[in-house]
Amino acid sequence: MNISLVLVVIMAVLFACGVYSMLERSLTRVLIGFLLLGNATNLLLLIVIGAPGIAPFVGDGDPSEMSDPVPMALTLTAIVITFAVSAFLLALIYRSWQLGQADTVQDDHEDVALRERTVEDDEVMDDEDDTEHDDATTDFVGTATAPITIVRPERSAEADADADGDADGGER
Amino acid sequence: MSALVPLIVTLPLLGAGIALIFGRRRRMQVAISIVTLTLVFVIASVLLVTVDGGSPIAVSVGGWPIPFGIVLYVDRLAALLVAVSSLVLLAVLLFSVGQGAADGDHDTPVSIFHPTYLILATGIFTAFIAGDLFNLYVGFEILLVASYVLITLGSTESRIRAGVIYIVVSLVSSILFLAAIAAIYGALGTVNMAHIAERMVELPQETQLVLHLLLVIAFGIKAAMFPVSFWLPDSYPTAPAPVTAVFAGLLTKVGVYALIRTETQLFADNDINLVLMIVALATMIVGILGAVAQAEMKRILSFTLVSHVGYMIFGLAIGTPAAIGATIYYTVHHIIVQTTLFLAVGLIERRAGSTSILRVRGLMRAAPIIAVLYFIPAINLGGLPPFSGFIGKYALFDAAASVGTPIMIVLIVGGIVTSLLTLYALMRAWALSFWREDDEGAEPDVRISYLDSAPAAGEQSERRVIPRIMTTATAGMVGATLLLTVAAGPLYAVCDRIGAALLEPVLLVHVDEEATP
Repeated sequence: MNISLVLVVIMAVLFACGVYSMLERSLTRVLIGFLLLGNATNLLLLIVIGAPGIAPFVGDGDPSEMSDPVPMALTLTAIVITFAVSAFLLALIYRSWQLGQADTVQDDHEDVALRERTVEDDEVMDDEDDTEHDDATTDFVGTATAPITIVRPERSAEADADADGDADGGER
Repeated sequence: MSALVPLIVTLPLLGAGIALIFGRRRRMQVAISIVTLTLVFVIASVLLVTVDGGSPIAVSVGGWPIPFGIVLYVDRLAALLVAVSSLVLLAVLLFSVGQGAADGDHDTPVSIFHPTYLILATGIFTAFIAGDLFNLYVGFEILLVASYVLITLGSTESRIRAGVIYIVVSLVSSILFLAAIAAIYGALGTVNMAHIAERMVELPQETQLVLHLLLVIAFGIKAAMFPVSFWLPDSYPTAPAPVTAVFAGLLTKVGVYALIRTETQLFADNDINLVLMIVALATMIVGILGAVAQAEMKRILSFTLVSHVGYMIFGLAIGTPAAIGATIYYTVHHIIVQTTLFLAVGLIERRAGSTSILRVRGLMRAAPIIAVLYFIPAINLGGLPPFSGFIGKYALFDAAASVGTPIMIVLIVGGIVTSLLTLYALMRAWALSFWREDDEGAEPDVRISYLDSAPAAGEQSERRVIPRIMTTATAGMVGATLLLTVAAGPLYAVCDRIGAALLEPVLLVHVDEEATP
């Protein structure tokens, strides 16, 4: 089977970028990552057709010169599914933003509970190095990665919004 | 007979459409859902009897010759699982109808619940009877999209939070699955499962291993295998009780079903059993240790769900016909028992206004019926004789012992420890919620004070009366768990035949022309 090297390279880049964006905390970027991954997979389905041939219509030519129609059918189905799911995910992101959760992936309740418990236990056991813990435990909290800065009137500390703006200003 | 096969998929899909039209008439929707699921159950039972006596049925949808078109393939395994899952879906539906009626949603009906529920059923049934890998993918997507809607039903803050994690994880697994399908098509030029099985032997072992691992990881995420099971205990407990019940019973089992097909038919001569055994042991132990640390009953159950998936992986990893048969019996047992337990906890939540074992007290006196409905499935899941949990575990350990390698002994010990810890976690909840005296000013129990910081330990909802239909649905499910013990002989014989048949080389079934719908 002959396949196009260009397509393979594009697919690899798309996969890499998709995975990278999906690792972000911001849901919008997760969505972009998912779209990239979806496209990369569709491209993979097209790559397995092999060398391009003539349109696969019965009686239109020599069957051995035709492109394989099955992966095309699979790709179409996959595109439709990806489209529907991204629409749903967008609605969900909007709802999440509406509920004031920013558009970030929120921490698992259990992680939070476990983290609090660990901090407490450590303090009981030895309270020498409790100054270190703030850094150790706040690695993954905060909305500094959110591309959308939400201005919420009830949020008392304006400093929060400022911090967001500073952290993100360069990217927008 | 083969005319019945497409009905398994089309009936619930049609029902969903009709139920959507009658969005404002709740009684009509309920009637449509019940009739549809009952019909599917009857069809699946008829098919089970037919294929058990004869050969598997393959129907090519749209008239394309096998293996080019979409194939629906019903063998004993598919028919058994469709029958069991339609029964479970029906019981949970009745439960949710009772709950909905009591919540007073006559005025503001959630008109999408019934259509979505039926589409979820369509997805589950499609996945079970799919004869080609791509149709299996479509079945997965149908059930996942429906589950996205159900898990975020009402779109409250906590459900959105849990839903987002669930959805993103499911999307990753779907992409992996799709990539695996593309790679398999590239290597073999087919997506038909029987055809893949025939041609797989031509590939070098290394290529097989890559394809095999891609599929196992994709299905493992859905089945909540250990390294990729983290999403489950966080996302399931926040959904409404009936939704959690049906997810717990069926969604992970669709993943397990796909794993069974992968291990036994697609990659029969590519051996990753050692990896699977280690994964199974980790799933069992890590899952159950999570359950012991929880104070909230739905979370305890979610963790036991993860840990008991380990038993099914264990059975697959042994790989003998007896072990596969035991895995299938265990799967059926677990679908029914886990759903029943979630329904029983739904009753507790209603009656006591909480599912935290620190808060709920004195239920034994207040609600003796719930006590029975919780106790029977709980000791069943824990694996006490004479219940089906014991039969399933005994069969698994027996199959492992007959292989007799050292790692089998390690796994058997791990399985017994998990079983005892399950019993401990569930019986602690039982002792605290049912047998503690209900005096408001009582001192907090020092023996469980370490659970205070566990997630959702203090959550409280409204106490309400339980409508009779909820209790009846749960009692029906408890009856079904007992039936698994009473009818264990014939059921186990069917499972054994499935186990033997799955390990035989699959022959490409050629469809008879007039069988197409």
